Amino acid sequence: MITERDVHHIANLAKIELKPEEVEKFRREFQKIIEYFNILDEVPEEIEPTYHVLPLKNVFREDVPSRSLDREEVLMNARHVEDGYFKGPKIVED
Amino acid sequence: MITVREWRERLESERCYDLILELFERIERSKLNAFITLNREALEKAREYDRGEVKGRLAGIPVAVKDNITTKGLRTTCASKMLENYIPPFDAHVVERLKQEGAIIIGKTNMDEFAMGTTTETSYFGVVRNPYDLNRVAGGSSGGSGACLAGDESVLALGSDTGGSIRCPASFCGVFGLKPTYGLVSRYGLIPYANSLEQIGPMANSVEDLALLLEVIAGRDERDSTNAGVEFRFKRMDGRFRIGIIREMTAKDEVMEKFYEIVDVIRQRHEVVEVSLSSFKYALAAYYIIAMSEASSNLARYDGVRYGHSLDKLCSWTKYFARVRAEGFGEEVKRRIMLGSYALSAGYYGRYYLKALKVRTLVKNDFQKALKECDLLIAPTMPSLPFKIGELADPLTMYKMDVNTVPINLAGVPAMSMPIGFVRGLPVGLQIIGNYFEENKILNLALDIEEEIRDEIRSKKVA
Repeated sequence: MITERDVHHIANLAKIELKPEEVEKFRREFQKIIEYFNILDEVPEEIEPTYHVLPLKNVFREDVPSRSLDREEVLMNARHVEDGYFKGPKIVED
Repeated sequence: MITVREWRERLESERCYDLILELFERIERSKLNAFITLNREALEKAREYDRGEVKGRLAGIPVAVKDNITTKGLRTTCASKMLENYIPPFDAHVVERLKQEGAIIIGKTNMDEFAMGTTTETSYFGVVRNPYDLNRVAGGSSGGSGACLAGDESVLALGSDTGGSIRCPASFCGVFGLKPTYGLVSRYGLIPYANSLEQIGPMANSVEDLALLLEVIAGRDERDSTNAGVEFRFKRMDGRFRIGIIREMTAKDEVMEKFYEIVDVIRQRHEVVEVSLSSFKYALAAYYIIAMSEASSNLARYDGVRYGHSLDKLCSWTKYFARVRAEGFGEEVKRRIMLGSYALSAGYYGRYYLKALKVRTLVKNDFQKALKECDLLIAPTMPSLPFKIGELADPLTMYKMDVNTVPINLAGVPAMSMPIGFVRGLPVGLQIIGNYFEENKILNLALDIEEEIRDEIRSKKVA
């Protein structure tokens, strides 16, 4: 059972603010979707998981410096910029 | 439907500038809503072509690019309010390749928000309409790329396919679309949704054009660490293939009737048998769990600090991030991020995410077994004809429409959708699936079929 409390918890993990009327709607939908997902309970545990479909190995390259983007280009999509840096929200509450 | 060959014929007697201008005028009058942003620099590029300054395998050919593929200096939105004003400072690898070959990028195509959807109805910029019936969807998530090809608004297009997002709109719009083997095409510059599943792929109006565009975009790129470093070159084969019909991948009766008509056509040149994928019934749930889990992680980057939707004033970080994301994301994106967060959260990881990865092993093994017995596998691409706009309101019902396309992404094998004719005036698509890096075989079967039914698939005019 998915409860409204669960929805609030998930929204907090995902950092998405919800309006009160959204909570019940998402709860009902999540309930239905997760019930459907529970079909996987039938699948035996002892199967090896596949993280990647191709047998890729770590790729090494020469450790040589190369050009990165200009500071101006990096900052051009940001709204809060100060002295050539991104300005983020406070992480320690007052 | 314009092919590269037809466009080149026109270029012999007409100026590229005039042809591109005509295309732009057509797009501006169009009701399809296939484009989010047009590239005005395309006209300048066309002038360069007319002056004889552009060389390459796609010289002077218009290409539409899905709006989740970054284009330097040209707005790239992912059809989201979150990236409504985002101007990428770099080109995706595939865009670099297009430019090197002289292609004219005409604009960015409409899609489901962050590629999450099957109908393009989740786009912040409005739904894409089906060229054969404006009241129906064009499919998704690469709906704009599919619709612009059928509607004579481009000659080639790029899409991306996480669980069917190239093949579904190709099927619904009656065009050709291919999801390459995972790792064949670099994902550098593809804005990620579920990166272990998705690939950029070509969409076109003929098999020949599809192969040409794949040749251009496939190949080595060090900036994508999952890139296989494999090139693609199309070669005509004239062998007899053994083709397996996947028993579990079905569709509504009217679609199946069309499908079996084509099976008869295939039988004239190839051997046809039946195969079974026993893990099929778990694939859809596993796909959505993996895709949502990866989405919840990939989309964590949208915090309103470095790019994307932001607030006037900075406040405490928890409030700032949560509000930016509440305002910037649409409903389906929120749903998938939250469900992904749930599937990965303490206590549920083993039951959902890890279990889904185990199903991926089963699906992969099933395909390997079937593709040992057969050269290629076939099935209807979509379980029904294109839906009416607004017809599927319930999220789970919508997810179930991807049932025939998602197993391919779980296994990472290549698959294409090609048009095989019309039912009630609406296009039907055939899905052809091959083994890893055997795109050539897929395209050869598609070419055999296209040669037989070309008149039928090009018989109908769009609405």
